[in-house]
Amino acid sequence: MELHLFVNGKEVTTSVPENRRALDFLRKDLGLKSVKEGCGEGECGACTILLDGKAVCSCLLFASDLAGRRVLTLESLGKEGHLHPIQQAFAETGAVQCGFCTPGMILSVKSLLDENPSPDDEAIKKALEGNLCRCTGYVKIIEAVKRAVAIIKSQGLMI
Amino acid sequence: MEKNPLTLIGTQLVRSDASEKVLGAAKYVDDLHFSDTVYLAIRTAEVASGALRSIDISKARGSHGVLAVLTHADIPGENQMGSPVPDYPILLKPGDEIRYVGDYVAFVVAHTREQALRAAEKVTVMVAEKKPVLSLNERIRELQKGGDYVPAVHQKIRKGDSDPKTMFDSCDYVFEGDFFADYQEHAYLETQGMIALYDQDNVMTIYGSMQCPYYVQNGVARALGFPINRIRIIQSVTGGAFGGKEEVPTYFAIPAALAAYHLHRPVKLVLSREEDIQWTSKRHPIKSRYKVGIADYGRLRSIQVEAHADIGGHSTLSPTVLWRSSVHAAGAYEIPNVRVDVYGHYTNKVPSGAYRGFGSPQVFIGIEGIIDDVADHLKKDRLYLRKINALEKGKTTPTGHLLPESVGAKKTLEEVERLSDWERLKERVAQFNREHKHLKRGVGIAHIHYGVALGAMGHALDASGAFVNVLPDGSISVHIGGTEMGQGAKTVIGAIVGEVLQQPMEKIHVYQTDTFFLPDSGPTVASRTTVFSGNAAVLACQELLKTLTALYSTEMAVPPQSVRYTGGVFSNTEGQKPVGFGELAGIALKKNIGLCATGWFQTPRLTWDPENGFGEAYVTYSFASQIVVVEVDCLTAEVVVKEVYTAHDVGKALNPDGVIGQIHGGFVQGMGYALYENLKVNEKGKIVSDNFNTLTIPTIHETPEIFKVSIVEEPFSKGPFGAKGIGEPSLIPTPAAIANAVSDAIGKRVREIPIRKEYLLDLIRTAP
Repeated sequence: MELHLFVNGKEVTTSVPENRRALDFLRKDLGLKSVKEGCGEGECGACTILLDGKAVCSCLLFASDLAGRRVLTLESLGKEGHLHPIQQAFAETGAVQCGFCTPGMILSVKSLLDENPSPDDEAIKKALEGNLCRCTGYVKIIEAVKRAVAIIKSQGLMI
Repeated sequence: MEKNPLTLIGTQLVRSDASEKVLGAAKYVDDLHFSDTVYLAIRTAEVASGALRSIDISKARGSHGVLAVLTHADIPGENQMGSPVPDYPILLKPGDEIRYVGDYVAFVVAHTREQALRAAEKVTVMVAEKKPVLSLNERIRELQKGGDYVPAVHQKIRKGDSDPKTMFDSCDYVFEGDFFADYQEHAYLETQGMIALYDQDNVMTIYGSMQCPYYVQNGVARALGFPINRIRIIQSVTGGAFGGKEEVPTYFAIPAALAAYHLHRPVKLVLSREEDIQWTSKRHPIKSRYKVGIADYGRLRSIQVEAHADIGGHSTLSPTVLWRSSVHAAGAYEIPNVRVDVYGHYTNKVPSGAYRGFGSPQVFIGIEGIIDDVADHLKKDRLYLRKINALEKGKTTPTGHLLPESVGAKKTLEEVERLSDWERLKERVAQFNREHKHLKRGVGIAHIHYGVALGAMGHALDASGAFVNVLPDGSISVHIGGTEMGQGAKTVIGAIVGEVLQQPMEKIHVYQTDTFFLPDSGPTVASRTTVFSGNAAVLACQELLKTLTALYSTEMAVPPQSVRYTGGVFSNTEGQKPVGFGELAGIALKKNIGLCATGWFQTPRLTWDPENGFGEAYVTYSFASQIVVVEVDCLTAEVVVKEVYTAHDVGKALNPDGVIGQIHGGFVQGMGYALYENLKVNEKGKIVSDNFNTLTIPTIHETPEIFKVSIVEEPFSKGPFGAKGIGEPSLIPTPAAIANAVSDAIGKRVREIPIRKEYLLDLIRTAP
């Protein structure tokens, strides 16, 4: 089928098989390797993308579900030497160990902070409950979100 | 050369791989792509026990997109991947015994993974099925019957009077108890995967997710019948391992390599989560029986432990894992009389193997539970009882190892006492319990030791290399034989190199592990990498400094003994004639002086008597003490961990943030084991909970709100800057501490982990 959508700010027009998972379309067809597959069942959150600003599991969607919508993957955030405040906070806080959950985790945080720039602990946990991490025990991840909030506020940034 | 103040070691460091990981740019195995790649699927036996009669691959071969279907006849080398016990054929041939549902029958290669999976279903096998042995109890009964059944593994410790008839004679009290610790699945977020390329130089090159590239190299060489020098293993960025990528990745590298060998095309095999859980090792289920004798108002006098482990269908690493269980079974205490027997039994289930803690968390729940029983019976404080029995410098471990140094055991106990404000904590919890009827809080303690590195049983593998190369621009490349799997090896090794060479982290690049650069450096396991790769890196850097010092001395006409090196600058004793590291490196390279060096660190020798299970078990021990507070809803058996206080003797925290990260992560993983992670196996020997919808691992909601950590530093003289290991000791006390806390809350001894709700409800409802 014909597919027209916006990926990381760019217009994409392509054709995909109807049963192509959004995850495979992004990873394999568009080469956006930050989108990870951890379980294929929408349980682990490694494949999180932002769809019109909301964090969703791309393994549970078909490519066709993306038609006409805005998709953001981690590739769109920072660049080497110019990290996005959430990326900077994750790096500096020690919220990254093996890094496999990190892309999805950061996108879930972005979705949260776009909606709620000053989340409390409960809001942070709620926003990240769908992102599993097996390395950090989540302690530093919660700290990183708070640090990201502080960086964003101190720089007067809009994210 | 004089000592300089530390500038990197012990400071706050940003992970050297943080940037690529937060950008999503780190390349895990499935992110690597080579053109013309073909995909592999594995056809497994699908029955747990029986004899393979025949294999028919004709339908699979004709299936759409299929390039090859490989069976036992297509193995050019040895059809064997079992090590050290050769009980694990790569591909079953007719007549072979099927030992578990995941035994391999055929490898199907196709243009796409979906085609390969579809074709794999079309491989038909005839099997003479047998009733599988799925219960550990069945094996224990067989052993107790005293017939000719011989367990696959038997490890033992004997110290002092170890005769069960007499060893308790001199004790005032004797306590007994049975315990059971079930499976645990590693649940690393990145599933296992490999890419094999049979290309340049006629070498089989394999990229993959793994902890132990040298295991993979040896295993693939054996399967292909190649000399080891034609196998190259490059570890890709690895998304967590926890022991699950120790012996197991070889079982996926071999199929990929076989297919690449036959097809001369890159072959990729990345497991689905279900395949990963079905086919990869688990923490050993262990049943244990403890008998502990006490004298002198609470001193441990005698201990007898009999433990039985379910090793699954193949023995893999079980002899080594269960040796570690035996060494740690009597706990982190001084006990004169010890008798430990740990048996490993085959069943027709997934092979058990390495998992963070390596057979020790399952036995610590036993000794730590009994210690609480002792304290309660004698009406003594549980922390006090641990203190009076704790190991100290000059005391001997339960294997008879006289500890000469680096024993922070008591300090960790004192630290958790301080951190938790122990007396008030107990009062706080008692107050809560007076005010609540159905919600009950409990306090649990656990105190552990952990032998660092491979120990007396693993001497032959316990050496590691590092290669350090200074480039013309003064940048430094570092190769180590240990691997980065998320724990922070690259960062800590970078800091060690930077510290010795007095260069900033930005100048140092630590590479992914590649077997072409260094000799077999053993596995990245047993909390040994900081010590082993770290020491090797120190040795290499010291060589480089020797070369540079000699050069400076010649160039500046200064006697070698009066060369000073401070803050990255060479000078004479008065601090004159300064030349920076980079500048001197440039001069050296222009003069054709090589600035690369290899460091090779061998384990200090240990004296061990394997016949009697006695002696120096490990080069050194890390120690930890932990206190947790749980809240139990006695109506629903819901358990929540509210507070954690944990202290760890790591020798020296080279990267304190990294150490704390290990402690947080290890705790939550241990908490998952204690409370949530039920791995269910059905009557056909298949795992039922093979994805995260049925296997529950902790989410962010389960992270305790109060989490206080104390790092104790009792330096290990043979560790780099005094360091010992932390990777595993971060998890080990947790299941025992939580089991003890739940016991405290309900007033009855919890004897099983995971503490399933049905079990806990029964326990709550039965009279004490």
